[in-house]
Amino acid sequence: MKGMKKTTKDHLITFGLVIAVYIIVQLLITTGHMSSLMQGLLVPVCTYSIVAIGLNLCVGYLGELSIGHAGFMCVGAFSGGLISKLLSETVTNGILLFVIALAAGTLMAALFGFLIGIPVLRLRGDYLAIVTLAFGEIIKNIINVLYIGKDGRGFHFSLSTPVELEEDGLWLINGAKGIAKISRLSSFTIGVILILICLFVVYNLVNSRSGRAIMAIRDNRISAESVGINITKYKLMAFTISAAIAGAGGVLYAHNLSTVTATPANFGYNMSIMILVFVVLGGIGSFRGSIIAAAIMTLLPELLRGLYDYRMLIYSIVLIVMMLFNWSPKIKDWREAHSLKGRLGKKTAKEAE
Amino acid sequence: MKKRIVSMFLALALTASLAACGGGNGNEGASNGNQGSEAGAAGNDGSDAGSDAADGAGEADGAGSSAGSGEAFKIGGIGPTTGGAALYGLAAQRGGQIAVDEINAAGGINGYQIEYNFQDDEHDAQKSVNAYNSLKDWGMQLLMGTVTTTPCVAVAAETAEDNMFLLTPSASSTDVIEEDNAFQVCFTDPNQGVASAEYIAEKKLATKVAIIYDSSDVYSSGIHDSFKREAETRGLEIVSDEAFTADSKTDFTTQLQKAKDGGAELVFLPFYYQEAALVLTQADAMGYDPIFFGVDGMDGILGAKNFNTELAEGVMLLTPFAADSQDEATKAFVEKYQAEYGEIPIQFAADAYDAIYIMKAAIEKAGATPDMSASDICDAIKTAMTEISYNGLTGAGSEMTWDASGAVSKAPMAVVIKDGAYVAAE
Amino acid sequence: MSFLTYLINGISLGSVYAIIALGYTMVYGIAKMLNFAHGDVIMIGCYAVFMTMSMQSWPPLVSLIFAVVVCTALGVIIEKIAYKPLRRATPLAVLITAIGVSYFLQNSALLLFGADTKSFTSVVTLAPIKLAGGDLIIPGTAIVTVLACVVIMIGLTLFIKKTKAGQAMLAVSEDKDAAQLMGININGTISLTFAIGSGLAAIAGVLLCSAYPSLSPYTGSMPGIKAFTAAVFGGIGSIPGALLGGVLLGVIEILSKAYISSQLADAIVFAVLIVVLLVKPTGILGKKISEKV
Repeated sequence: MKGMKKTTKDHLITFGLVIAVYIIVQLLITTGHMSSLMQGLLVPVCTYSIVAIGLNLCVGYLGELSIGHAGFMCVGAFSGGLISKLLSETVTNGILLFVIALAAGTLMAALFGFLIGIPVLRLRGDYLAIVTLAFGEIIKNIINVLYIGKDGRGFHFSLSTPVELEEDGLWLINGAKGIAKISRLSSFTIGVILILICLFVVYNLVNSRSGRAIMAIRDNRISAESVGINITKYKLMAFTISAAIAGAGGVLYAHNLSTVTATPANFGYNMSIMILVFVVLGGIGSFRGSIIAAAIMTLLPELLRGLYDYRMLIYSIVLIVMMLFNWSPKIKDWREAHSLKGRLGKKTAKEAE
Repeated sequence: MKKRIVSMFLALALTASLAACGGGNGNEGASNGNQGSEAGAAGNDGSDAGSDAADGAGEADGAGSSAGSGEAFKIGGIGPTTGGAALYGLAAQRGGQIAVDEINAAGGINGYQIEYNFQDDEHDAQKSVNAYNSLKDWGMQLLMGTVTTTPCVAVAAETAEDNMFLLTPSASSTDVIEEDNAFQVCFTDPNQGVASAEYIAEKKLATKVAIIYDSSDVYSSGIHDSFKREAETRGLEIVSDEAFTADSKTDFTTQLQKAKDGGAELVFLPFYYQEAALVLTQADAMGYDPIFFGVDGMDGILGAKNFNTELAEGVMLLTPFAADSQDEATKAFVEKYQAEYGEIPIQFAADAYDAIYIMKAAIEKAGATPDMSASDICDAIKTAMTEISYNGLTGAGSEMTWDASGAVSKAPMAVVIKDGAYVAAE
Repeated sequence: MSFLTYLINGISLGSVYAIIALGYTMVYGIAKMLNFAHGDVIMIGCYAVFMTMSMQSWPPLVSLIFAVVVCTALGVIIEKIAYKPLRRATPLAVLITAIGVSYFLQNSALLLFGADTKSFTSVVTLAPIKLAGGDLIIPGTAIVTVLACVVIMIGLTLFIKKTKAGQAMLAVSEDKDAAQLMGININGTISLTFAIGSGLAAIAGVLLCSAYPSLSPYTGSMPGIKAFTAAVFGGIGSIPGALLGGVLLGVIEILSKAYISSQLADAIVFAVLIVVLLVKPTGILGKKISEKV
């Protein structure tokens, strides 16, 4: 019972933090104390936080490494962007339009997560990682040659070469040009609300019966199976939700800039790694940590533009050092010898986890 | 929990220490690092304090953000000065700088000096918007940029919202100039494709044409689409039409083999010079020697590191600027550029140089002054843009004019590589 | 005739994949880890050759040997610093570290050598062979690449079968603990594996850059990923599997580019990977690994 209370309190702290930061930022904006650069970074921070939450669910609770989450983000961004562009004339209410786009993008990403998850989750860790990577590359490749247009004669789909559209025709997805002129519906408020929703979803999941089943699979698949846990079902559930959250992040991303294209920089391997860095840095399994890490790692290099060139180098060093710090036996021994937790005994440490 | 805090702390210390050695930003980095460490030490309040630290820096930056100083025009520039497309950004930055120096030395615009600030975007849309925002904080009144297309589309939307005047030297997609505050110095992609097909057909360079293009790149696929349409209407036979992507841009043997099998006399290469250099090398290894025809992105191929420039002999490209032109303005510009930066300027440098002078002409026409807000300047000079005409480096001797759409009208010019130099084609 | 040309190009490309795949497959067989940084070791090898041969005009062979030494040392150092402390950690931690190392190498190269693409001067000076009246041209690099691949495969197989160190490697890959009890130096054997794999990476890199003469900090990453695909395709842990997988993948890539769609060639290659993993997760020549509790 005591443990339960502690997690609830922990969750409330996270929600409180997000809301507190939101209020502070809003105050700074209204009093004119926030630079344009900072204001422009608010939505990206939200986007990365959301995708990091999604990936953390996959890495931290399912125990599987995905390096294709940018692919799910891409699916979300393009399906969300497509819907909002398609409906931009019929639905005039911006919020409603965004909600529809969000639903579409999230569902589509979830669908892809599900479809990929069915076969792939049978594979072991390293293979899973490489397949998610392959998936991300396939998505990017296909979207770059995908043309979807609309004109008087109806819809036109084409891979590789665009067909001719009639005079009043409109390209919805125009190959490498992606989707242009998307209504810019994303705002910091929407981003924060989305973060809160995602947090709510993941916290509820990990503390539910399903969540415990998922973690049991992570810790020991065979013993989990032996007590009758349906491995495939729970793995799929976690992976699909994780993909859906990444898709939601993608929708937010797509509606922030007026154009969305699938380049290696925004939906490629690099983006997947960047999100992974946020997750690892914030602490695998800690959603709050993911948000904090995403915020700091996005803002810091922008604020110190001289640091920009070294940003990726720093990321890579952080990855290595964090892993060594957490796993190297020597450092572990040293840490245990010097940490407060070690002195107070292991029981309290376990409870705190 | 403890582990996490320690981890965060460790990471912060790491970034902070690296920030501190990040060159010129020493001071700023150190102070931020301190705040960051405090954030880590504060434990649960990490997030709060972390963003506070960030806010603090933002405030400091934003202090001078309200409008211009009233004494000088603040012109911002954005382009990739690092990363794979750095050559273009650097050229534009330098070309613009030369123009600014000249104007300032000659007494400025209507007697006002120009302040010029060029920011890096690494050829990425999000970073470009970040660069734009940081220029806004600096107090930018007019934007010369961005240099590359994809980022420019995103930045153009931002400028439309702020009503900031945008004149891009080289971002050539039509999406860039959809709003009325945006103008181009270069041709649009469709125009380049059409002009290339026209040129090939009119000069009867070939009847059988092969195309290789980058399907993952906006610029390349934009030119490809319009070239293909125009070539077909002009009776050129397209014998092969093959693509590559950003992820597989090293092996062109298959695409070249297809062109060769189709008997193409001319291969159209609408993409940047790095890949073009590879195409030329591989075609040479295959013993295939058609006419290679490029567009403005191919400009710079002679400057590619360790590239055997003999392979580029006879390559034609459609670009509005030839460094060997004999007119006074070009000669003076090339001389200055060489003295300053030790290399022959490419078209992007000339585009940016022209862009600054076009801004000057428009400002003079509209009678704008630096104490006006960015939005007022924009309103004033977007009308002036349609009224001026300008004869610069990149107009092939013709007057450049603009209509309200923002697209330029000027004469195209073909350049051929001869004896390791760009020479105007007859 | 063009089909033959495509086939030759495919085999040539596939041979490069095969040599890179060897590095993955050996390390995976022995250390049970996916050395994500392998592709970037290739890139470092290419820069070593580029900086010495093209910039300092060393003789090609000397700079090739220099590159092999650099890569071997790099491989061993990476193993010592980044992977060895994690030998008992979860696979997730090791994989993330490997990704970190890969990123570290890429970005160090970015800062050291700059982001611009450099034209690589081919180390192969062999003239192309012209057959069928010049219709079929076999480039010199293709001949050298395929030969190098075959020689390396045979050499490596002999090494493992005939030498003590090779037998030790085999033993470690079968059962680490039992091998240790038999008096095999586990750490030494793993280091040796990394050394050989990374040394081969240098050769693969030079062949890759000779055939496709462009060099940037990202040169190694895509071929690395594709070579890993090839290793999995052929059956990870198996040396003939790497050869088979590499060549097949190269041929599939070129043929799908030529006959299906040049726009979607990447997607097709990766789709092949996914299908193979689903149908036969252990690859064409791979052994079934039973899971221990």
